[in-house]
Amino acid sequence: MSSSKCSLCTFIKSSIGRKLVVALTGLALVLFLAGHLSGNLLIFAGAEVFDAYAEFLHSFLHGMGVWVARIGLLACFVIHIWFTVLLTRENKKARTPYVHEATVQASKSSRIMIWSGLTILAFVIFHLLHFTVRIDSDLAALGEASPWEMVIQGFQNPLVTIFYVIAMTLLCSHLSHGVASIFQTLGLRSKKTAGAIKFISCAYAFVIYVGFISIPLSIWLFGFGR
Amino acid sequence: MSLLNLTLKVWRQDNPSDSGRIETYEAKEIPTSASFLEMIDIVNERLIKDGHDPIHFDHDCREGICGMCSMTINGVPHSKERGTTTCQLHMRKFSDGETIYIEPFRAKAFPVIKDLVTDRSSFDRIIGAGGFISVRTGSAPDAHAVPVPKPDADAAFDAAACIGCGACVATCKNASAMLFVSAKASHLNHLPQGQVEKDQRTLSMVRQMDAEGFGNCTNQYECEAVCPKEISVQHIAKLNRDYLAASAREGVS
Repeated sequence: MSSSKCSLCTFIKSSIGRKLVVALTGLALVLFLAGHLSGNLLIFAGAEVFDAYAEFLHSFLHGMGVWVARIGLLACFVIHIWFTVLLTRENKKARTPYVHEATVQASKSSRIMIWSGLTILAFVIFHLLHFTVRIDSDLAALGEASPWEMVIQGFQNPLVTIFYVIAMTLLCSHLSHGVASIFQTLGLRSKKTAGAIKFISCAYAFVIYVGFISIPLSIWLFGFGR
Repeated sequence: MSLLNLTLKVWRQDNPSDSGRIETYEAKEIPTSASFLEMIDIVNERLIKDGHDPIHFDHDCREGICGMCSMTINGVPHSKERGTTTCQLHMRKFSDGETIYIEPFRAKAFPVIKDLVTDRSSFDRIIGAGGFISVRTGSAPDAHAVPVPKPDADAAFDAAACIGCGACVATCKNASAMLFVSAKASHLNHLPQGQVEKDQRTLSMVRQMDAEGFGNCTNQYECEAVCPKEISVQHIAKLNRDYLAASAREGVS
């Protein structure tokens, strides 16, 4: 076989290569979630601390830091979705359906990855319009003065809170399969580590889930901040 | 000896271009000692006697080592029994009055030839691409001429147990051939005799797999669960590793 002109192109076009791209961008997004959650939980430390944290993010590297992170995350997000949609379409094409379908051990989460993923995409678009772009002029005014007030006000709307919780539930499902998959695709999973990887994956998904929903639920159900 | 009366819902397809359909057959008085294939033999004898076209299916050794028998029983290749081939499945695993769906292994890369018979030559082409070592044949070398560490020998042997039946592809939600390809690559990549061509083998086999139109692995491990030889998905992890390393070396050389 002749060696190709562009080895990287050949690699990216192969099934394993594309999966590796999905795994690496997924890993970046998984790590972002941990950072994002730790920052968000500062909301429970009060308005002063949270607003100072928001100020720090926006002034980091003379205001460049937040844009470096945004562009990096956007790239990972777009590539992750682009490649998974590509792979999913190929997968659907490769299979012919059974009259009597059966599943032996594939988890529900693993079978709805594309749907949980696309719901998360819809959520992220909404989330950015809600708290980052701030299309609501009341929230925009609050956001300038105090991001903490903006979050408290933002979650007063039950529809927002419900959509948030639904999206986080699907994120939890997505992570429970996704985190473990990163290890397998990177070739780090073996019989010996399989149990630990499954545990880490589920535990991580659970911590992220509980952490994120704790904020809107405390505000909406328990009147936190009011 | 107890006898079973069963209802079979069997996929009948006259030729590769036929759209195919499910047909219903009553399988009466089937001995529990019969194998699944023998049950179909009995049904076929009756079909032939009545002047009908018998159900076509693949089979050869009937002792679980050739990988020829290939049918999906109630949606699961080789049935839901773990670590068994269809020929080694016995009718005592079924109960009287049961309805059994029998379909071919389904994947775009395994086109149906007739009824339950599929063309699995895509596997042969993957083996042809790299599932071999280039050595002079003839006189066998002494068994101790090339020392192999015990863990490597065991891992290679576990991978080599693959009989290439295609159940992994048939059960995979994406019709991915990763378990088969990884087992065949891992078998040789674990051994000193396979090191010389390791990178070339890994690259060629994966590229042939992609060219055949198999899907992509999504780490659901259905393959491992239905594999009659219980090949582990850790071979897939190794193939991912080996492919990455081989691609990197190919890129810089």
